[in-house]
Amino acid sequence: MSTIAPSGARSRAAAHRGTRVRDALVRAVEAATTPLLPADYLDLFAPLRSGADLRGRIVAVRPETADAATIEIKPGADWAGHVPGQYLRIGVDVDGVRQWRAYSLTHGPRVDGLISITVKAVPDGVVSNHLVHQARPGTLVHLEQATGDFVLPPLTADRKFLFVTAGSGVTPVIGMLRNLFPVTDSGVVGLGRPLDITVVHVAPSEPDSIFISNLRELHAAGAIHLVARYDDVHGVLDVQRLEEVVPDLAERTTYACGPAGLLDALAAHHEARDLELFTEQFRPATLVTGEGGTLHLEASEVELDLDGSSTILDAAEAAGVLMPSGCRMGICMGCVLPMREGAVRDLRNGEITRAVPGETDPGGVPIQTCISAPAGACHLSH
Amino acid sequence: MTTITNQLVNPTAHLTPEDIEQIGIELDAIRQEVLDSRGESDAAYIRKVVDTQRKLELASRAVLLFSVLPPAWIVGTAGLSVAKILENMEIGHNVMHGQWDWMRDPKIHSTTWEWDNASTAEGWKHSHNQVHHTYTNIVGKDNDLGYGIMRVDEDQRWLPMHLGQPVWAFINACFFEYGIAAYDLELGKNLRVPKEKRSEEFKRKAKDTLAKIRKQATKDYVVHPALSIPTGSFVPTLAANFVANLVRNLWSNSVIMCGHFPEGVETFEKKSIPEQETRGEWYLRQMLGSANISGSPAMHLMTGNLSHQIEHHLFPDLPSNRYAEVAPKVRALFEKYDLNYHSAPLPQQVASAWHKVFRLSLPNGWLAETNVKNLPQQLGLLKKLTTGGPKVRRAYDAAQRRAARQRREAEAVAA
Repeated sequence: MSTIAPSGARSRAAAHRGTRVRDALVRAVEAATTPLLPADYLDLFAPLRSGADLRGRIVAVRPETADAATIEIKPGADWAGHVPGQYLRIGVDVDGVRQWRAYSLTHGPRVDGLISITVKAVPDGVVSNHLVHQARPGTLVHLEQATGDFVLPPLTADRKFLFVTAGSGVTPVIGMLRNLFPVTDSGVVGLGRPLDITVVHVAPSEPDSIFISNLRELHAAGAIHLVARYDDVHGVLDVQRLEEVVPDLAERTTYACGPAGLLDALAAHHEARDLELFTEQFRPATLVTGEGGTLHLEASEVELDLDGSSTILDAAEAAGVLMPSGCRMGICMGCVLPMREGAVRDLRNGEITRAVPGETDPGGVPIQTCISAPAGACHLSH
Repeated sequence: MTTITNQLVNPTAHLTPEDIEQIGIELDAIRQEVLDSRGESDAAYIRKVVDTQRKLELASRAVLLFSVLPPAWIVGTAGLSVAKILENMEIGHNVMHGQWDWMRDPKIHSTTWEWDNASTAEGWKHSHNQVHHTYTNIVGKDNDLGYGIMRVDEDQRWLPMHLGQPVWAFINACFFEYGIAAYDLELGKNLRVPKEKRSEEFKRKAKDTLAKIRKQATKDYVVHPALSIPTGSFVPTLAANFVANLVRNLWSNSVIMCGHFPEGVETFEKKSIPEQETRGEWYLRQMLGSANISGSPAMHLMTGNLSHQIEHHLFPDLPSNRYAEVAPKVRALFEKYDLNYHSAPLPQQVASAWHKVFRLSLPNGWLAETNVKNLPQQLGLLKKLTTGGPKVRRAYDAAQRRAARQRREAEAVAA
């Protein structure tokens, strides 16, 4: 033992010296590149290297339906992986303008190291239309690490699941299912887990249904029980009558992803029956409009007259201001900025938040810019 | 130039207020056309310039590692000079104007950009974007009219110290980046304030600027020369960096002098600017207060498109690559309203600007009235004006103004 301790101390000292040498080297390289950073030069040659801002390169764009496509991306070396069901934020330059959106990852972790998202082009959707119709392999995109709580618990044999998906809400579920049941050349592989999964998939009509062939394949292989409901054939699904299509509903844990109306109805339905429900929503449900008012971004020296329906985030970005942003639906808190003075209205529920100098926090009252519109003049120190 | 309201004929006298507002409307329309078509190809352009500039700088610095060899020194120094010019002119100046903010790329944004120059981005954005672009060519408000060290307008009072201005105009040109840094800090004004009374803001900015200068100098004159030691190229690399900075300084100084100093560019009296200047009036001032440099696309690129100074002053936040395309439309508008679109090749504009620096280093009218015959008398007059104190100079100015008025009246009669 006595011989080990000093050598341990020696290696610690050596490691410490190593850190110091590395720091000195970094400083020297920075001194050579100022006012830029060494990374600005390395990015010219290796944008996907370890240590770079997280980026990815589009490898393939595979059409799923007429207006949906799966985008396969080779992520940068620092990609930390994901759990099926999670989403990532992706920054894409559309008409020269960097746009950030959140998309579900539609695969489990892949052997080839690629990640994939599936995008449905929505009417007037700037990013979705670009990704489905214009994106080309080779394009560099900006990424953030995967995030989201819409993931399965550790699997046990007796767990029974119900997935309720509407439209492109199928995407995180596809990610989970593909992970559970990989499709190989010889068909669907079950990985030997006796899982009991029912999928209720809702769409306006059959051809619009992304991944429907995947779901059918899984159904045919006995991996899942698929209940496809098309509005034009079956009428709009009435959540109150969900038991009619899923008789053992009470025994299942429900995961739902889709528009706010469906999720709200499911929440009410499950709460009344005391059932477990996990949901994921892609876009905020804006129910109200604010009063509008003048937005003062003090550090940026920008003043904007806003109506009550556009969010502070969208308006400031449109005016060329760099704004922190995240999920753009009021969940992740990535867009929060302190409001020094004024009032804003939460477009989801109409709630007013006020900042009064001298009364509220001198550092400002934090507001989520992605779901807030001015309710009168408001001052942000940003 | 004499401010337009003090000239024989005000070059805007033929315009009605309605004309001026119409000019504003037409210029807004030209601007809107560019905004509506701004997009992917513009973004690709600036990224390409940034990419090229960085690779050129890297390559030049790599070559300079062997700068002990004369061909390497020449190639490396030329490359580094061009890289520094591109960085300051087409990239830095324009990015800091917010011309590329619409891309929402945090790496190419006016709020995050720092340039390869002694002055800080923060100081530059204030003195240049806010002061100069707002109060362009208003005598007493736009400090760019001579940067507080030179007299470049008849309506700026002549002082004996101006006799030396050709010399310090040249020194300023050689060390232009430091001149800009001092200018952004309003060093002259602030240093006159006793040390303990200087504002906290000034002290912070001065500290930031010194830190920036230290970093810049360390890079160019310590780190890169030191990297060249293995080939015995320390001194040649140091010299190469010095020359590249000198070339960049002389070039950017020349381009900037061409923007507002050539003879014939108009200036404005503080009192002639209405309290609430309309958009049309502001546009008109920009139209008359700037001069273009005509030349090839390479010239436009190397001047950071400040060769389109008129278009830049009308639309400072439009992407620089679009000025060439709006220039013919702007020029047509000048012709339609019978205004002088001031454009000439670089040597002509530089000569004109320097001629003004020399001419106005002397009292108004002195150079024009001097010939070989009356030289001794004129020198005697100059000596009297130099040593005579403010009263003598005021009397001389008054006589000059009187003579000008008489000339004007005589011309009116002749007409």
